[in-house]
Amino acid sequence: MRFKEKLPQILKPLISIMVGLSLGLLVTKIAGEDPWNVLEILVRGAFGSRYDFGMTLFYTTPLIFTGLSVAFAFHSGLFNIGAEGQLAMGALSVAAVGILFPNAPGFLAPVLGVLAAVVGGGIWGAIPGWLRARRGSHEVINTIMLNFIAAGLTSWVTLYLLKNPDSQNPETAAVAPSYLIRQFSFFDGAPVSMAFFVALMAAFVVWFILWKTVLGFEIRAVGQSESAARSAGIDAAKMRMLAMAIAGGLAGLVGVGEVMGNADRFRVGFSPGYGFTGIAVALLARNRPFAIVASALLFGALHKGASELDLETENVTRDLSLILQALVILCVSAEGVWDLAGERYKLLIKKKWIRSAPSPELAEEHYSPKV
Amino acid sequence: MIPAVEFRRLNKSFHGVHANVDISFKVMKGTIHAIIGENGAGKSTAMKMLYGTYQPDQGEILIHGKSWGGKPKSWTSPLDAIRSGIGMVHQHFMLSAPHTALDNILLGVETSHPFFSFLPKSLRPISRVQAQVKLDRIADQYGLKVDWSAKVENLSVGIQQRIEILKLLYRDAEILILDEPTAVLTPQETSELFAQLKKLCQLGKTVLIITHKLKEVMSIADHVTVFRAGRVVGEREISETNIEELATLMVGRKVRLQADAPPPPQVKEPVLEISGVSLAARHGLKNVSFQVKAGEIVGISGVEGNGQAELLQVLLHPKDHTESMTGEVKVLGKSTAGMTTEQVKELGVGVIPDDRLRDGLLLDRPVRDNFLLGLQRRKPFSRAGILSYSKLSKEVSRAIEEYDIRPPLQQAKASLLSGGNQQKIVIAREFKYSPKFLIASQPTRGVDVGAIEFIHKRILKARQEGSGVLLISSELDEILALSDRILVMFDGRILAEFKRGEATEQALGLRMGGAVS
Amino acid sequence: MEFLASGVQIFESTLRVSTPLLFAALGGLLSERSGVVNIALEGMMLIGGFGAAAVALSTQSPVAGAFGAIFCGALFAILYGLFVIELKADQIVAGTAFNMLAAGVTPFLMKVFYDSSTSTPSLPLELRFQQGPVWISWVCLGLVWAWLKYTPSGLWVRIAGEHPEALDSAGIRVKRVRWISVILSGCLAGLGGASLSIFLASSFSRNMTAGRGFMALAALIFGKWKPVPTAIACLLFGFFDALQIRLQGVVLWGSEPVPVQFIQVLPYLVTVLVLAGVVGQSKAPRSLGVPFQAN
Repeated sequence: MRFKEKLPQILKPLISIMVGLSLGLLVTKIAGEDPWNVLEILVRGAFGSRYDFGMTLFYTTPLIFTGLSVAFAFHSGLFNIGAEGQLAMGALSVAAVGILFPNAPGFLAPVLGVLAAVVGGGIWGAIPGWLRARRGSHEVINTIMLNFIAAGLTSWVTLYLLKNPDSQNPETAAVAPSYLIRQFSFFDGAPVSMAFFVALMAAFVVWFILWKTVLGFEIRAVGQSESAARSAGIDAAKMRMLAMAIAGGLAGLVGVGEVMGNADRFRVGFSPGYGFTGIAVALLARNRPFAIVASALLFGALHKGASELDLETENVTRDLSLILQALVILCVSAEGVWDLAGERYKLLIKKKWIRSAPSPELAEEHYSPKV
Repeated sequence: MIPAVEFRRLNKSFHGVHANVDISFKVMKGTIHAIIGENGAGKSTAMKMLYGTYQPDQGEILIHGKSWGGKPKSWTSPLDAIRSGIGMVHQHFMLSAPHTALDNILLGVETSHPFFSFLPKSLRPISRVQAQVKLDRIADQYGLKVDWSAKVENLSVGIQQRIEILKLLYRDAEILILDEPTAVLTPQETSELFAQLKKLCQLGKTVLIITHKLKEVMSIADHVTVFRAGRVVGEREISETNIEELATLMVGRKVRLQADAPPPPQVKEPVLEISGVSLAARHGLKNVSFQVKAGEIVGISGVEGNGQAELLQVLLHPKDHTESMTGEVKVLGKSTAGMTTEQVKELGVGVIPDDRLRDGLLLDRPVRDNFLLGLQRRKPFSRAGILSYSKLSKEVSRAIEEYDIRPPLQQAKASLLSGGNQQKIVIAREFKYSPKFLIASQPTRGVDVGAIEFIHKRILKARQEGSGVLLISSELDEILALSDRILVMFDGRILAEFKRGEATEQALGLRMGGAVS
Repeated sequence: MEFLASGVQIFESTLRVSTPLLFAALGGLLSERSGVVNIALEGMMLIGGFGAAAVALSTQSPVAGAFGAIFCGALFAILYGLFVIELKADQIVAGTAFNMLAAGVTPFLMKVFYDSSTSTPSLPLELRFQQGPVWISWVCLGLVWAWLKYTPSGLWVRIAGEHPEALDSAGIRVKRVRWISVILSGCLAGLGGASLSIFLASSFSRNMTAGRGFMALAALIFGKWKPVPTAIACLLFGFFDALQIRLQGVVLWGSEPVPVQFIQVLPYLVTVLVLAGVVGQSKAPRSLGVPFQAN
């Protein structure tokens, strides 16, 4: 029974990925390219050499963080579309700490940087959490709005307070060297750093919190039914604020890899939409932390592979990765398709245990949407 | 005489489960016909097929002797039903709250000035004046007055129901279906409604009432059809039957309508003391004072929406109402002012919420997690914030056995269990630490008869073991059977108090409608 | 005198830059009043903007361009409707995906048609609109307002977003009402995109909307999901935008130029505050975001 229950859960996303990718590759035919050729470039671009694989992992790292961020919030019943803003705030905080405290000792500096990332992103996540819990305003709109506010704020801080005087680009000065974390020489210069392992660790921690602790149980209970959780004595408002703060902190950790492991500084607009792709990552992984690592790898590989298209094909650009992402999300999210495909899969428990005559009227009465 | 409605061997199943099997019966014109049955007996399904919301798998329905179109599937939407003169008042009103009574009534049958007939129908400006003229005429004829321009959200439940009926009459409905129409009404509003329905029948309309309240059936209906487990199990003329017979038909075996309460144990110190509590809210509380002592069951009766929900709020979530509440609540001798729900429950309070699907259970989660809900911070279920699933599993299998929860699977999703079994999970959990004070709100709502007896026994057992029980219920029978003392709540006040044996149904009914002695 | 002149200028440019916002916000209003969340406005605008530029280029007619925008916007909306109305995809997830899709498809098509993934070829001045879109956007506002308020189908749209079951039991197909609203939403948002690419600018360029779809959404919320207040919100946000453009690099006090970032974030900040109930209250249609399942 357990296997039967799990099987569709594993098959569904796989089928969705296949359908989504095939549709996307078919599109390239319009541009006069051979889809098989495009596929080959994508795979070679992502995994063809140590450097390519390193770049893939480099893109995977932030996606693990943002995927975890979206998933964590989702388990508390909230939709975090604000990872993009949270990661900018986190990265800026790392840069600020790295510039303002240049004399931090070598062993302490990276820890300080990680803390700054968590706190910076966490605060930006806590705001919509607080607004939802205390003022009742919907987090979807608030996180979208806060993305734009974060964009304005980080660009102002960068240009007016922490500007790199030697550059025309909108970027801060470099952080002190003690903050930089190691890159692995194995990847022939691709900027894969310890941040990747921080991401794997984060996935484990998130899994542990959500499924092994009281806190996680309470957060998931709130996500499943706020009123039932409240009646059971769980402080739903507090749990949601906490969940959003943690989600923000997770997104903020993107700043560790970017500022301490790659650019040495905060660059305005460094993220090519990691926050939004995080939604896709979490969705595909059904919000399971370890599946998120795999799903982030897929999207990271897509991103890296697609970047080769600019050079290697005549008519297709790296924008194809956006199209592929969108199609995969859509295929995964179209729940109705599965209803059409096989309603019967939903009745997994032996029929004789189900109430002899169903009472659709009862089920309808109490239907309430989750979000 | 040709019947107004005739069901012929109607069948309907959902996902392979039979909701209706070979349903056949006739409804005569100008009569009130009651359809009774327990939750899930299939009565609503049959009515929804008549109204076109569901399509039957097999069989047909004849209206005034005519099958609509011959093929069962041809009745594809309520629109077809409306056109043939059938209207339905749903249990949950189909009224949009921020819109006016008038807009709600004319929705879907808007009229416009002939000047605009060059436009497609859906774009012709609505002529509300024209509609109002017709409505005023109908309102006069049937004695159903409503302020047309009032927004629905500002109207009482009784008036909203009146709007629903007017909606049908405005569409020239000949056959009116009412689904559990008295669930939210006071006894007075109920008798008002019944008078209106009788008048409708005299003027030639046919009325179908879906209900599970047998007394009301006896007082208003001409004929009754009994449903059980998706089938028609009996048809009676009201003049030739009685409540006991109907109850037996409905349940399928002899039922005792009253549980025998053992004599109360020694009543001891109070577990709940409420003094002068008022709550500023839409259905607020007004100067409520009473006590519940250890070893007694105090029943709160009243029509829903008279402050019971607010009373629960104040008891369970004192912290959320610190600003809007005045007066004092003491649980087991401690004032709960400013306490969180968790703190209140830690005093030794168990709660069976009225809406278990909303407040009691995590429907998509397994039985095991539902058992843990609320106990997760207690030993042995967790230590230092880390959950212990092995201990939990042991406790859950014990509870499944003790409470006979079916299916006996810890991993079964709560949503797949029957109402009675779901309620048993809630009770097993709330009784785990033998609460000193138990709040049971509508504990048997939507629960099959077998489970009702079980739940009543459990509540009585808790009393015997020295718990104080606050029982909130709108079922008079339940209140009368279980309570040692009965308080009547009306409009946020405690209007009357009775001791066991002193209260009669009539007296309670009067007070529930707000009558002062 | 100079002050007055710059005032008139700002008023004029306010009207101009709020035009795309107004179109998109009206589109969002129709969709959301019928109960379908529309964060795909941004994508609909992008597609519309591209469609307008492409059609105007090939037909040498801005009017045809506008119709191209309507067509492309509607097509995109039909796809969106297919997912959220028929397949019951989560409206927020699907909206995000459609924004990505538009952001990917437009440069893809530009590359295919014009061999440049950054922008379409420039339109000469005579192939661009001069003032038309401003007027048309206000006419659309009037039409939307009157439609919702006075006609049966307008009433259906409003009830579809509040209590769809009531509409269904009155015999009106909720899905059909939502379909029409979403398609109209695409048409209007498409026109919003067109007023960027063939009215305010002379070509369509990569990610041209730069968040205007979301700003339109903000205006819609600020306007409490009502046409006239929404239009006023669009004007206000347009004014912020015009002001910000004008103050770029201007030194008003001290020695530093005015940090325009603060003006840029104002619309979003105001929206957060409005939603939080700090500035007035804004209540969404009750059934917004809930897919309708007919029995």
